[in-house]
Amino acid sequence: MQEHDMSWVRTEMALAQPAPARERGAYAWVRKNLIGSVGDIILTVVGIAIVLWVLPQVVNWAFINAVWTGPDRTVCTTAAQGGIQPDGWTGACWAFVNAKFGQFMFGTYPIEERWRPILVAILFVALLVPMLIPRVPRKGLNALLLFVALPVVAFFLLVGGVFGLPHVETPRWGGLLVTLSLSFVGIAVSLPMGILLALGRRSKMPIIKWLCIVFIETVRGIPLITVLFFASVMLPLFLPEGVSFDKYLRALIGVSLFAAAYMAEVIRGGLQAIPKGQYEGADSLGLGYWQKMGLIVLPQALKLVIPGIVNTFIGMLKDTSLVLIISMFDLLGVVKQNFADPNWATPQTPKSGLIFAAFVFWLFCFAMSRYSMYTERRLDTGYRR
Amino acid sequence: MKHIALGILGAAALGFTASAASAGTLDTVKQKGFIQCGVSTGLAGFSAPDDKGDWKGIDADFCRAVAAAVFGDATKVKFTPLSAKERFTALQSGEIDILSRNTTWTSNRDSALGLDFVGVTYYDGQGFMINAKKLPGVNSALQLSGAAVCVQSGTTTELNLADYFKKNKMEYNPVVFEKLEEVNAAYDAGRCDAYTTDQSGLYGIRLTLSSPADHVVLPEIISKEPLGPAVRQGDDQWAHIARWTYFALLNAEEAGVTQANVDEMKTSTDPNIQRLLGTEPDGKYGADLGLSNDFVVNIVKAVGNYGEMFERNVGSGSPLKIARGINALWTKGGLQYGPPIR
Repeated sequence: MQEHDMSWVRTEMALAQPAPARERGAYAWVRKNLIGSVGDIILTVVGIAIVLWVLPQVVNWAFINAVWTGPDRTVCTTAAQGGIQPDGWTGACWAFVNAKFGQFMFGTYPIEERWRPILVAILFVALLVPMLIPRVPRKGLNALLLFVALPVVAFFLLVGGVFGLPHVETPRWGGLLVTLSLSFVGIAVSLPMGILLALGRRSKMPIIKWLCIVFIETVRGIPLITVLFFASVMLPLFLPEGVSFDKYLRALIGVSLFAAAYMAEVIRGGLQAIPKGQYEGADSLGLGYWQKMGLIVLPQALKLVIPGIVNTFIGMLKDTSLVLIISMFDLLGVVKQNFADPNWATPQTPKSGLIFAAFVFWLFCFAMSRYSMYTERRLDTGYRR
Repeated sequence: MKHIALGILGAAALGFTASAASAGTLDTVKQKGFIQCGVSTGLAGFSAPDDKGDWKGIDADFCRAVAAAVFGDATKVKFTPLSAKERFTALQSGEIDILSRNTTWTSNRDSALGLDFVGVTYYDGQGFMINAKKLPGVNSALQLSGAAVCVQSGTTTELNLADYFKKNKMEYNPVVFEKLEEVNAAYDAGRCDAYTTDQSGLYGIRLTLSSPADHVVLPEIISKEPLGPAVRQGDDQWAHIARWTYFALLNAEEAGVTQANVDEMKTSTDPNIQRLLGTEPDGKYGADLGLSNDFVVNIVKAVGNYGEMFERNVGSGSPLKIARGINALWTKGGLQYGPPIR
C-alpha cells in the first residue's frame, strides 16, 4: 500500500461560509432589486419620483393640515368658504368623522342605549379571539358560545323589549353595527349551509340533488340588489295592512342565502379536488356517509378551499353596503348620509368621510385575509401550493 | 309598461287605502303613541341627521309639528329614511303615516298613486348656478347658449334642461354623471360652465365648493317643483290634520306668533289670534279636527311658526342662507297663504 494511494475522506461538514461581501447587506439588495438592469433603473427612478410627489401631499393633507376636532363646518373651511382656515388651505376634515363617530358606529341607535352594542362587541371579541388562537383549549364550548349563545344574547341586548331594556327598532340601527352584524350572521349561516348544499349537490339522491341545484342556480342567477329591492318595494304591497317584515330581517335573510349559495360552489370545488381513492378508502374502512365526509373528505376539502371561503367572506362584508338600496344604513351609507348635514358641508367632508369608511373596511378585510393565510400555513400538511 | 305598472301599484294602493281608512290613521297613531314619518335619506335643510343623529330640516320639523298637534309633544315621532323609489310604497302600505320627503306635487302622484298632498311647504324649482368669476356679465340663464352644463343623469332635471334649451333655441353641452358627488366634483374642477338642479339643492352644493363666494345662483326657474308632505288617500281626517298643521304654521307667522312669544300671545284680545290659539271662549276649531283646542300653541311651542322653521333650517339661521323669495308669506309678496282658522 503506497501512501499516495490513500484517499482522503472528509468526516465532518465544511463550515458554512458567509456569502461574498458583494452579495450581502443593503448594497447587494439595492443592486439586485433596484438597479439590476436599465429597465430596473428606470422603474426605480419613476417609482421614487411618484412617491416623492404623492407622499408629501398625502401626509400633508391627511395629517399636517388636517383638522381633528371642531364643532361645525367653520373649522374645515377657508375664510372664503365661510370658515376660519386661511385661503388656499386643504386638509382632511377629521373633525367631521370625530363629531359623527357615534353615528358611524351605531347609526341612530339611541345614545343612552349605546352601551348595549358596545357590550355585544366586547362579548364578541372575548369569544372570537380564543376561537382564533389554536393553542387555547375547549374549542367546542367556545364555538357553542360564539355561534349559538352569543347570537341569542346579542339579539335580546340589541333589540331590547325584555328585562326592562327599552325596545330599539332596527331602522335605528346603522353604521358598523349593521355592517358587522349582517356579515357575522352571514358568515355563521353560510358556511354550514354551504357545506350541506355542496354535499347535496353531489348526492346520489335525485330529489336532494335537484333541490340543491335549483336553489344554488336560482340564487346565483339573481343579483342580490334585485332581491333586496323587490323585498322592500313590492313585498309590502302584497302583505295585509300592518303586517310588515322587518327590513333588517329581510336584509339578513337575503345576505345569508346569497352567501350560502356562493359558499356551496366554493366547497364543491374542494370536494371535487379530493382523489377518488380517499372516498374508496373511507368506504373500505366501513365508515358511514357522515363519518366518511366528516372525518376524511371535508377536512381535506375545506383546507384546500380556505382562500375561496375567505374570499366569499370578504365579498360578503363589502356587499352589505348594498342594503343602502332598502334605506338601511351600513357604515358607508351612514357616512354618505351625513354629507347632507349642512353644518358639515365643506369641500373636504366627502373625501374625509369616504377615506375613513374605506379604512375601516380595509381593516376588517385585511385582518380576515391575514388570518386565512395563517390558517393555510398551519394546516399545510401535504400539498404545497 | 310603466303605466301598467303604475296602474297596478295604484290599484293595489287603493285596495289598501280602503282598509286603512276604516282603521283611521289618527286612532292608529294615538294608539301606538307616535307618528311614523318618512323622510329623505339625507338632503341638506330638508331632512338630514345632525351630530347626535337627530333629524333636522323643514321636512323633519313638519312631522314634529304634526306630532305636537296630535300629542302636544313634538318628540313623539319616529323617522324612517326612504329612498326616492320606496317612498310611495311605504306610505301606501302603512309603514309610515306621513310622507314628508321633499316630494314634488304632481297630478299623477296625487291621482294614480293613492296619496293626497296636503300643501306646499317649500316652492322649489330647477335653477342654474354659474361661476361668476369665469363668466363675468352672465346674469340670466338665457345667456348660457353653448355652455357646458353639469347635470345628474336619470333625473327629471336632465329632461327639464333639454326642454328649456330647446324651447329657447340655444345650444348646450350636457356633462352627465351618475352620482351627485361626481357632479359636484366636476363642477368644482371647472369642467362645466353651469350646474343645474333644484334651486334649494344648489345652495347646499355651493357650500361644498372650494370658493363658494364666486358662484351665483341665476334667477331663472325652469320648472315648478312644489314640495310638500303627503298622506294616504281616503283618510280625510288625517289629511285635514296634516293640512291644518301646515296652515297653522303659516297663520302663526302672519299673526306674529313666535316660539318665544306664544305664551304671551295667549292673553291677546285680537280675535284672530284668539281663534288661532284656541283661547276664544267657545271656539272649538281644534276639537273639530280631532285635536285639542290649543293645538296651534303646541305646534308653535315645538317648532316655531313657518318663518322660524324656514330661517332655522334653510334660511339665514342655517349655513344654506336661502332667501325666502316665493316662499315668503302672501303679505310679503310670496306664495305662502294660509286659509283662516275660524
